[in-house]
Amino acid sequence: MRLDIAGVGVTLDGKPILDDVSLTVPQGSVVGLVGPNGSGKSTLLRTVYRSLRPLTGAVKLDDADLWSMPIRASARRVAAVLQEGGTSALTVAEIVELGRTPHHGVISRTTPEDREAVRVAMERAGVTELAERSMTSLSGGERQRVHLARALAQEPALLVLDEPTNHLDIRARFSLLATVRKLGVTTLAVLHELDLAVRSCDHLVVLDHGKVAAAGEVLDALTPTILREVFGVHAKAERHSDGVVRITYAADPLGDL
Amino acid sequence: MKTACAVLLVVVMVVATTIGSVSIPLGDAWAVITGHLTGNTAGLDPVSDQILWQYRVPRVVLAALCGAGLSVAGVVLQALVANPLADPYVLGISSGASVGAVLVLTAGVGTLGVSSAAFLGAAASVAVVFTLGQQRGRLVPTRLVLVGVAVGYVLSALTSYIQLRANPNELKSVMFWLLGSVAGARWEQLGLVSAVVLITVAALMLYGRRLNALVTGEESATSLGVDVRRARVGLLLTSSLLTGTLIAVAGGVGFVGLMIPHLVRLLVGADHRRVLPLAALGGALYLVLVDLLARTVDSPNELPLGIFTAAFGAPFFLWLLRRGRTLGEA
Repeated sequence: MRLDIAGVGVTLDGKPILDDVSLTVPQGSVVGLVGPNGSGKSTLLRTVYRSLRPLTGAVKLDDADLWSMPIRASARRVAAVLQEGGTSALTVAEIVELGRTPHHGVISRTTPEDREAVRVAMERAGVTELAERSMTSLSGGERQRVHLARALAQEPALLVLDEPTNHLDIRARFSLLATVRKLGVTTLAVLHELDLAVRSCDHLVVLDHGKVAAAGEVLDALTPTILREVFGVHAKAERHSDGVVRITYAADPLGDL
Repeated sequence: MKTACAVLLVVVMVVATTIGSVSIPLGDAWAVITGHLTGNTAGLDPVSDQILWQYRVPRVVLAALCGAGLSVAGVVLQALVANPLADPYVLGISSGASVGAVLVLTAGVGTLGVSSAAFLGAAASVAVVFTLGQQRGRLVPTRLVLVGVAVGYVLSALTSYIQLRANPNELKSVMFWLLGSVAGARWEQLGLVSAVVLITVAALMLYGRRLNALVTGEESATSLGVDVRRARVGLLLTSSLLTGTLIAVAGGVGFVGLMIPHLVRLLVGADHRRVLPLAALGGALYLVLVDLLARTVDSPNELPLGIFTAAFGAPFFLWLLRRGRTLGEA
């Protein structure tokens, strides 16, 4: 499915956080949402997983307005990997099974389909061996994979990730994003590190002070001008001979700006 | 495990009815109970019938209802406010009920019975706590707990003042009420009480999956399709009705609602779909046994339940703290 965010505006405590933000995540692609701290990235995600209703504009999945669906219906389409929710005493298998919540009404029992969805989700996220462990005994990288598995158990058409690589070691970062890429699920991810973003996203959207500053293919969005004006560093993104886009920072990245 | 617990509960309940100042053989007790349940009471010994059916059975049933209800309410509140120290009274409900009950016990306010006054007191304090616990029209758990504690202190001050002005005879019945007892159980009130307890407990059981989602955090639960605001209001109102009803008929039975949920979690893990039913059964079992002690240890005198729930509960709780496993991770 395709995600369309159209003219979304959000105000928190009278302070405008997002202003007329529009972006599209094409079917099956991974779009990275980047920008400095406080630019509104996480807030924009909240309007997608139904935690914060936008004041203006609309969030649409294939032309269906997410906010006019019952919340359970939208949670069957959109799954989120967030930064909270790691301290529960539930086991890994129980956490992943939480992903089946939107597929159940008030009175219902676990079905064979639930078990199959949980099994597949754990396999895709690579946490099958952790099933009986408690969340508190896992490393940060393992925990994040469990949250990914939980989101996959929702069998979503769209995955939103809020800084999924936060606090992970470098190997776990590469490995988590490689897993996300392999899923083939339409994904919108807030990413803090530009190096990881340029490697693992098809498109980037740059947010600055609640507005879209640039959007498009990685090299088109992350121009030296954007890097300087939005992120405040001297740097350039370029495609190396091995086909990988990397960011090179200037000797004095803070220079004279 | 659930079936085993349920069978054990029924056996213990039946056996509990045979023990007391007058022992009744198990066979006779069984005959009386099945006789009444099938509507065939002809040929029963009138004395054991009277003792058993008029006094002990309602008492054992009320103890079971209280234990089940308070434990389930404890599970729900611990999950909702994400605090392992929460119990069914954390929102100031018992202090409100105490004011009502103590007013009637000492001054005999109007024609109101103790139960009605306690229930009204509980309802009033819940209303105050819910009103003050809101922030921008939504119930915020941490705020609710703080408001509950503060309102509880105000009401306890009031209760203490009334107690100071009471005469020694009244004071004894006040103490008894504050520590909880099911000695006053009668069939007339059991109908309504069991209806409320069964319906609210059944309703709370349906929240197992959503409670699991809620303990992972508000944002996370929302992304799983849980209407957090509605779920909170539903859970808080239902568990308040449950606790308020029980405190009205049995007084402030403490510790059950704190201890049983933790015990059950230690045994079967944190999945609320397992914890809720087992907490109901375990709590019922515990309070039936505690009530048995309360009426036999110092026989023919009665002791309040709260003394025993705390006397056993507190050391147990300390032991749990020392083990320090799943505690703190509701």
